[in-house]
Amino acid sequence: MTTTRIVEVRAGILKKNDELARGLRGRFERDGVLTVNLVSSPGSGKTAFLERTLSELVGAGVKAAALVGDLETDNDAQRLARSGAPVRQINTHGRCHLEAEMLGSYLDAWDLAALDYLFIENVGNLVCPASYDLGEALRVAMLSVTEGEDKPLKYPTMFNSADVAIITKMDLAEACEFDREAAHAAIRSVRPGMTILEVSTKRGTGMETWHTLLRERRAEWAPRVAGGEASAR
Amino acid sequence: MHELSLAQGIVELAVEAAQKAKADRVVRVHLKVGRLAGVDPGALLFCYDESTAGTILAGSSLVIIDVPLVVWCAHCLKEVELASVQRFHCPTCDTPCGEIRTGRELEIASLEVAA
Repeated sequence: MTTTRIVEVRAGILKKNDELARGLRGRFERDGVLTVNLVSSPGSGKTAFLERTLSELVGAGVKAAALVGDLETDNDAQRLARSGAPVRQINTHGRCHLEAEMLGSYLDAWDLAALDYLFIENVGNLVCPASYDLGEALRVAMLSVTEGEDKPLKYPTMFNSADVAIITKMDLAEACEFDREAAHAAIRSVRPGMTILEVSTKRGTGMETWHTLLRERRAEWAPRVAGGEASAR
Repeated sequence: MHELSLAQGIVELAVEAAQKAKADRVVRVHLKVGRLAGVDPGALLFCYDESTAGTILAGSSLVIIDVPLVVWCAHCLKEVELASVQRFHCPTCDTPCGEIRTGRELEIASLEVAA
Protein backbone atom coordinates (compact mmCIF):
# COMPACT_ATOMS: atom_id res chain seq x y z
CA MET A 1 0.00 0.00 0.00
CA THR A 2 1.25 3.46 -0.86
CA THR A 3 1.83 5.69 2.08
CA THR A 4 0.77 9.25 1.71
CA ARG A 5 1.59 12.43 3.56
CA ILE A 6 0.09 15.85 3.83
CA VAL A 7 1.83 18.93 2.42
CA GLU A 8 0.55 22.28 3.65
CA VAL A 9 0.22 24.79 0.81
CA ARG A 10 -2.06 27.68 1.81
CA ALA A 11 -1.76 29.56 -1.45
CA GLY A 12 -4.43 31.25 -3.54
CA ILE A 13 -5.00 29.76 -6.96
CA LEU A 14 -5.25 33.26 -8.40
CA LYS A 15 -1.84 34.05 -6.94
CA LYS A 16 -0.23 34.65 -10.32
CA ASN A 17 -2.92 37.11 -11.40
CA ASP A 18 -2.88 38.81 -7.99
CA GLU A 19 0.89 39.30 -8.17
CA LEU A 20 0.74 40.72 -11.68
CA ALA A 21 -2.14 43.00 -10.65
CA ARG A 22 -0.10 44.23 -7.72
CA GLY A 23 2.69 45.08 -10.12
CA LEU A 24 0.29 46.98 -12.36
CA ARG A 25 -1.19 48.83 -9.41
CA GLY A 26 2.30 49.95 -8.42
CA ARG A 27 2.96 51.11 -11.96
CA PHE A 28 -0.34 53.05 -12.13
CA GLU A 29 0.43 54.70 -8.80
CA ARG A 30 3.97 55.65 -9.78
CA ASP A 31 2.72 57.11 -13.04
CA GLY A 32 -0.22 58.86 -11.38
CA VAL A 33 -2.88 57.39 -13.62
CA LEU A 34 -6.20 56.54 -11.93
CA THR A 35 -7.36 53.26 -13.41
CA VAL A 36 -11.03 52.37 -13.62
CA ASN A 37 -12.29 48.84 -14.41
CA LEU A 38 -15.81 48.87 -15.88
CA VAL A 39 -17.77 45.65 -15.49
CA SER A 40 -21.32 44.73 -16.42
CA SER A 41 -23.38 42.22 -18.33
CA PRO A 42 -23.38 42.48 -22.15
CA GLY A 43 -25.60 45.30 -23.42
CA SER A 44 -25.82 47.40 -20.28
CA GLY A 45 -24.24 50.36 -22.05
CA LYS A 46 -20.57 50.23 -21.05
CA THR A 47 -19.23 51.30 -24.43
CA ALA A 48 -21.69 54.14 -24.98
CA PHE A 49 -21.08 55.42 -21.46
CA LEU A 50 -17.32 55.19 -21.87
CA GLU A 51 -17.42 56.89 -25.27
CA ARG A 52 -19.27 59.83 -23.75
CA THR A 53 -16.96 59.90 -20.73
CA LEU A 54 -13.85 59.95 -22.94
CA SER A 55 -15.27 62.62 -25.27
CA GLU A 56 -16.08 64.88 -22.35
CA LEU A 57 -12.69 64.36 -20.73
CA VAL A 58 -10.84 64.97 -23.99
CA GLY A 59 -12.99 68.06 -24.56
CA ALA A 60 -11.98 69.39 -21.14
CA GLY A 61 -8.30 68.81 -21.88
CA VAL A 62 -7.98 65.86 -19.51
CA LYS A 63 -5.68 63.03 -20.61
CA ALA A 64 -7.60 59.77 -20.70
CA ALA A 65 -7.12 56.47 -22.53
CA ALA A 66 -9.01 53.20 -22.74
CA LEU A 67 -8.33 49.51 -23.09
CA VAL A 68 -11.33 47.53 -24.19
CA GLY A 69 -11.79 43.79 -23.86
CA ASP A 70 -13.92 41.82 -26.25
CA LEU A 71 -14.04 38.20 -27.31
CA GLU A 72 -13.50 38.67 -31.04
CA THR A 73 -14.23 42.08 -32.58
CA ASP A 74 -12.69 45.53 -32.43
CA ASN A 75 -16.06 47.25 -32.89
CA ASP A 76 -15.96 48.77 -29.42
CA ALA A 77 -12.46 50.18 -29.88
CA GLN A 78 -13.54 51.83 -33.12
CA ARG A 79 -16.51 53.42 -31.36
CA LEU A 80 -14.38 54.61 -28.45
CA ALA A 81 -11.69 56.01 -30.75
CA ARG A 82 -14.24 58.52 -32.05
CA SER A 83 -13.78 60.33 -28.73
CA GLY A 84 -10.24 61.28 -29.77
CA ALA A 85 -8.71 59.42 -26.81
CA PRO A 86 -6.07 56.72 -27.37
CA VAL A 87 -7.79 53.33 -27.40
CA ARG A 88 -6.50 49.76 -27.65
CA GLN A 89 -8.58 46.64 -28.22
CA ILE A 90 -7.78 43.42 -26.40
CA ASN A 91 -9.31 40.34 -28.01
CA THR A 92 -9.61 37.53 -25.50
CA HIS A 93 -10.49 34.91 -28.14
CA GLY A 94 -13.18 33.19 -26.20
CA ARG A 95 -11.97 34.03 -22.72
CA CYS A 96 -14.78 35.45 -20.66
CA HIS A 97 -12.76 38.04 -18.74
CA LEU A 98 -9.60 40.13 -18.79
CA GLU A 99 -6.61 39.02 -16.73
CA ALA A 100 -3.74 41.16 -15.48
CA GLU A 101 -1.37 39.26 -17.77
CA MET A 102 -3.23 40.49 -20.86
CA LEU A 103 -2.66 44.18 -20.14
CA GLY A 104 1.12 44.54 -19.99
CA SER A 105 2.00 44.58 -23.68
CA TYR A 106 -0.76 47.10 -24.45
CA LEU A 107 0.34 49.41 -21.66
CA ASP A 108 3.93 49.38 -22.86
CA ALA A 109 2.83 51.22 -25.99
CA TRP A 110 1.70 54.22 -23.94
CA ASP A 111 3.41 56.79 -21.79
CA LEU A 112 1.28 56.15 -18.72
CA ALA A 113 2.81 59.06 -16.84
CA ALA A 114 1.26 61.40 -19.41
CA LEU A 115 -2.24 60.12 -18.59
CA ASP A 116 -4.66 61.19 -15.86
CA TYR A 117 -7.12 58.34 -16.29
CA LEU A 118 -7.06 54.88 -17.79
CA PHE A 119 -10.36 53.10 -18.35
CA ILE A 120 -10.54 49.37 -18.83
CA GLU A 121 -13.78 48.13 -20.34
CA ASN A 122 -13.99 44.49 -19.30
CA VAL A 123 -15.66 41.70 -21.26
CA GLY A 124 -19.44 41.88 -20.78
CA ASN A 125 -19.93 39.28 -18.06
CA LEU A 126 -21.05 39.62 -14.46
CA VAL A 127 -19.42 36.43 -13.20
CA CYS A 128 -15.80 35.80 -14.12
CA PRO A 129 -14.29 39.33 -14.18
CA ALA A 130 -15.11 39.56 -10.45
CA SER A 131 -12.22 37.23 -9.60
CA TYR A 132 -9.53 38.97 -11.63
CA ASP A 133 -7.87 42.03 -10.18
CA LEU A 134 -6.44 44.24 -12.94
CA GLY A 135 -4.65 46.62 -10.61
CA GLU A 136 -7.46 49.15 -10.86
CA ALA A 137 -8.04 51.85 -8.25
CA LEU A 138 -11.77 51.84 -8.89
CA ARG A 139 -14.07 49.03 -9.97
CA VAL A 140 -17.38 50.21 -11.36
CA ALA A 141 -20.27 47.77 -11.79
CA MET A 142 -22.92 48.91 -14.25
CA LEU A 143 -26.56 47.92 -14.45
CA SER A 144 -29.11 49.19 -16.94
CA VAL A 145 -32.76 49.84 -16.10
CA THR A 146 -33.80 47.26 -18.70
CA GLU A 147 -32.09 44.42 -16.84
CA GLY A 148 -34.22 44.06 -13.73
CA GLU A 149 -33.75 45.54 -10.29
CA ASP A 150 -32.69 42.25 -8.71
CA LYS A 151 -29.58 41.77 -10.82
CA PRO A 152 -27.21 42.58 -7.93
CA LEU A 153 -28.87 39.80 -5.92
CA LYS A 154 -28.25 37.40 -8.79
CA TYR A 155 -24.58 38.40 -9.10
CA PRO A 156 -23.59 39.29 -5.54
CA THR A 157 -19.91 38.43 -5.96
CA MET A 158 -19.48 41.04 -8.69
CA PHE A 159 -21.48 43.80 -7.07
CA ASN A 160 -19.81 43.14 -3.74
CA SER A 161 -16.37 43.43 -5.32
CA ALA A 162 -17.12 46.83 -6.91
CA ASP A 163 -16.53 50.28 -5.42
CA VAL A 164 -19.23 52.15 -7.31
CA ALA A 165 -22.48 51.11 -9.01
CA ILE A 166 -23.83 53.01 -11.99
CA ILE A 167 -27.40 52.57 -13.16
CA THR A 168 -27.53 53.31 -16.89
CA LYS A 169 -30.23 54.09 -19.47
CA MET A 170 -32.21 56.17 -16.96
CA ASP A 171 -34.00 57.76 -19.92
CA LEU A 172 -35.80 54.42 -20.31
CA ALA A 173 -36.68 54.08 -16.63
CA GLU A 174 -40.29 55.09 -16.97
CA ALA A 175 -40.96 52.97 -20.05
CA CYS A 176 -39.49 49.95 -18.25
CA GLU A 177 -41.37 50.71 -15.03
CA PHE A 178 -38.00 50.65 -13.34
CA ASP A 179 -38.30 50.44 -9.56
CA ARG A 180 -35.51 52.73 -8.41
CA GLU A 181 -35.89 52.00 -4.69
CA ALA A 182 -35.79 48.25 -5.29
CA ALA A 183 -32.63 48.56 -7.39
CA HIS A 184 -30.85 50.70 -4.79
CA ALA A 185 -31.95 48.30 -2.02
CA ALA A 186 -30.62 45.31 -4.00
CA ILE A 187 -27.24 46.99 -4.55
CA ARG A 188 -26.89 48.01 -0.91
CA SER A 189 -28.03 44.59 0.27
CA VAL A 190 -24.99 42.97 -1.33
CA ARG A 191 -22.68 45.95 -0.71
CA PRO A 192 -23.70 48.15 2.23
CA GLY A 193 -22.89 51.82 1.77
CA MET A 194 -21.99 51.57 -1.90
CA THR A 195 -21.96 54.78 -3.94
CA ILE A 196 -24.70 54.62 -6.58
CA LEU A 197 -24.92 56.93 -9.60
CA GLU A 198 -27.75 57.15 -12.11
CA VAL A 199 -26.99 58.20 -15.66
CA SER A 200 -28.50 58.55 -19.09
CA THR A 201 -25.65 58.43 -21.56
CA LYS A 202 -28.02 59.47 -24.31
CA ARG A 203 -29.24 62.61 -22.56
CA GLY A 204 -26.13 63.29 -20.55
CA THR A 205 -27.91 63.34 -17.20
CA GLY A 206 -25.76 62.23 -14.30
CA MET A 207 -22.51 62.73 -16.24
CA GLU A 208 -21.46 65.75 -14.18
CA THR A 209 -21.80 63.70 -10.97
CA TRP A 210 -19.66 61.00 -12.56
CA HIS A 211 -16.94 63.48 -13.52
CA THR A 212 -17.03 64.92 -10.00
CA LEU A 213 -16.63 61.43 -8.56
CA LEU A 214 -13.65 60.75 -10.83
CA ARG A 215 -12.00 64.03 -9.84
CA GLU A 216 -12.60 63.37 -6.15
CA ARG A 217 -11.28 59.82 -6.30
CA ARG A 218 -8.21 60.97 -8.14
CA ALA A 219 -7.61 63.77 -5.64
CA GLU A 220 -7.86 61.50 -2.62
CA TRP A 221 -5.73 58.89 -4.33
CA ALA A 222 -3.08 61.28 -5.66
CA PRO A 223 -1.17 61.91 -2.39
CA ARG A 224 -0.33 58.22 -2.23
CA VAL A 225 1.26 58.50 -5.64
CA ALA A 226 4.22 60.31 -4.20
CA GLY A 227 5.02 57.29 -2.04
CA GLY A 228 6.58 55.56 -5.02
CA GLU A 229 6.65 51.82 -4.41
CA ALA A 230 3.36 49.97 -4.32
CA SER A 231 2.55 48.72 -0.86
CA ALA A 232 3.42 45.11 -0.13
CA ARG A 233 0.61 42.66 0.57
CA MET B 1 -17.13 30.04 -17.11
CA HIS B 2 -13.65 30.65 -15.80
CA GLU B 3 -13.47 27.35 -13.93
CA LEU B 4 -11.13 25.91 -16.56
CA SER B 5 -8.63 28.73 -15.91
CA LEU B 6 -9.02 28.10 -12.20
CA ALA B 7 -8.47 24.35 -12.59
CA GLN B 8 -5.30 25.08 -14.54
CA GLY B 9 -4.24 27.41 -11.75
CA ILE B 10 -4.75 24.60 -9.22
CA VAL B 11 -2.58 22.25 -11.27
CA GLU B 12 0.20 24.81 -11.68
CA LEU B 13 0.29 25.60 -7.97
CA ALA B 14 -0.03 21.97 -6.86
CA VAL B 15 2.76 20.76 -9.17
CA GLU B 16 5.04 23.47 -7.84
CA ALA B 17 4.23 22.62 -4.20
CA ALA B 18 4.55 18.86 -4.77
CA GLN B 19 7.93 19.21 -6.45
CA LYS B 20 9.14 21.39 -3.63
CA ALA B 21 8.05 18.67 -1.19
CA LYS B 22 9.82 16.07 -3.36
CA ALA B 23 6.64 14.11 -3.97
CA ASP B 24 6.15 11.89 -7.03
CA ARG B 25 2.41 12.01 -7.16
CA VAL B 26 -0.52 14.00 -5.79
CA VAL B 27 -3.39 11.89 -4.48
CA ARG B 28 -5.72 14.55 -3.17
CA VAL B 29 -6.05 18.35 -3.26
CA HIS B 30 -7.87 20.14 -0.48
CA LEU B 31 -9.25 23.40 -1.83
CA LYS B 32 -10.89 26.13 0.21
CA VAL B 33 -13.73 27.83 -1.65
CA GLY B 34 -15.41 30.82 -0.02
CA ARG B 35 -19.13 31.30 -0.46
CA LEU B 36 -18.47 34.61 -2.17
CA ALA B 37 -15.65 33.34 -4.39
CA GLY B 38 -17.95 33.18 -7.39
CA VAL B 39 -17.02 29.61 -8.24
CA ASP B 40 -19.31 26.82 -9.33
CA PRO B 41 -17.94 23.69 -7.58
CA GLY B 42 -19.64 21.39 -10.10
CA ALA B 43 -17.99 23.12 -13.05
CA LEU B 44 -14.65 23.16 -11.25
CA LEU B 45 -14.80 19.42 -10.56
CA PHE B 46 -15.74 18.85 -14.18
CA CYS B 47 -12.69 20.79 -15.41
CA TYR B 48 -10.38 19.23 -12.84
CA ASP B 49 -9.98 15.80 -14.43
CA GLU B 50 -9.21 17.29 -17.80
CA SER B 51 -6.67 19.72 -16.39
CA THR B 52 -4.86 17.10 -14.31
CA ALA B 53 -4.51 14.54 -17.11
CA GLY B 54 -0.88 13.90 -17.99
CA THR B 55 0.43 15.62 -14.84
CA ILE B 56 1.50 14.28 -11.47
CA LEU B 57 -2.05 15.08 -10.37
CA ALA B 58 -3.60 12.61 -12.82
CA GLY B 59 -6.24 10.50 -11.10
CA SER B 60 -6.21 12.63 -7.95
CA SER B 61 -9.36 13.87 -6.29
CA LEU B 62 -10.32 17.43 -5.53
CA VAL B 63 -11.87 17.94 -2.12
CA ILE B 64 -13.71 21.23 -1.79
CA ILE B 65 -13.84 22.77 1.68
CA ASP B 66 -16.65 25.31 1.86
CA VAL B 67 -15.70 28.49 3.69
CA PRO B 68 -18.64 30.40 5.19
CA LEU B 69 -19.25 34.10 4.63
CA VAL B 70 -18.25 35.82 7.86
CA VAL B 71 -18.45 39.59 8.34
CA TRP B 72 -17.68 42.00 11.17
CA CYS B 73 -20.71 43.54 12.86
CA ALA B 74 -19.75 46.99 14.11
CA HIS B 75 -22.81 47.05 16.36
CA CYS B 76 -22.50 43.64 18.03
CA LEU B 77 -18.69 44.03 17.94
CA LYS B 78 -18.18 40.48 16.77
CA GLU B 79 -17.82 38.33 13.69
CA VAL B 80 -21.08 36.91 12.42
CA GLU B 81 -21.78 34.30 9.80
CA LEU B 82 -24.23 35.27 7.06
CA ALA B 83 -26.70 32.72 5.79
CA SER B 84 -27.05 34.48 2.44
CA VAL B 85 -24.57 36.14 0.09
CA GLN B 86 -27.41 38.42 -0.98
CA ARG B 87 -27.99 40.14 2.31
CA PHE B 88 -25.07 41.71 4.16
CA HIS B 89 -26.95 42.43 7.35
CA CYS B 90 -26.16 41.13 10.84
CA PRO B 91 -28.50 38.21 11.61
CA THR B 92 -28.77 39.39 15.22
CA CYS B 93 -29.23 43.17 15.02
CA ASP B 94 -29.86 43.73 11.26
CA THR B 95 -27.06 46.33 10.95
CA PRO B 96 -25.55 46.45 7.42
CA CYS B 97 -22.14 44.75 7.55
CA GLY B 98 -19.75 45.15 4.66
CA GLU B 99 -16.47 44.17 6.24
CA ILE B 100 -15.74 40.66 5.03
CA ARG B 101 -13.61 38.42 7.24
CA THR B 102 -13.93 35.14 5.34
CA GLY B 103 -15.80 34.01 2.26
CA ARG B 104 -13.61 35.13 -0.66
CA GLU B 105 -11.08 32.28 -0.37
CA LEU B 106 -9.95 30.36 -3.38
CA GLU B 107 -6.87 28.60 -2.14
CA ILE B 108 -5.20 25.25 -1.85
CA ALA B 109 -5.08 24.38 1.84
CA SER B 110 -3.02 21.21 1.50
CA LEU B 111 -2.05 18.33 -0.75
CA GLU B 112 -2.02 14.65 0.03
CA VAL B 113 1.02 13.24 -1.78
CA ALA B 114 2.64 9.86 -2.33
CA ALA B 115 6.37 9.33 -1.69
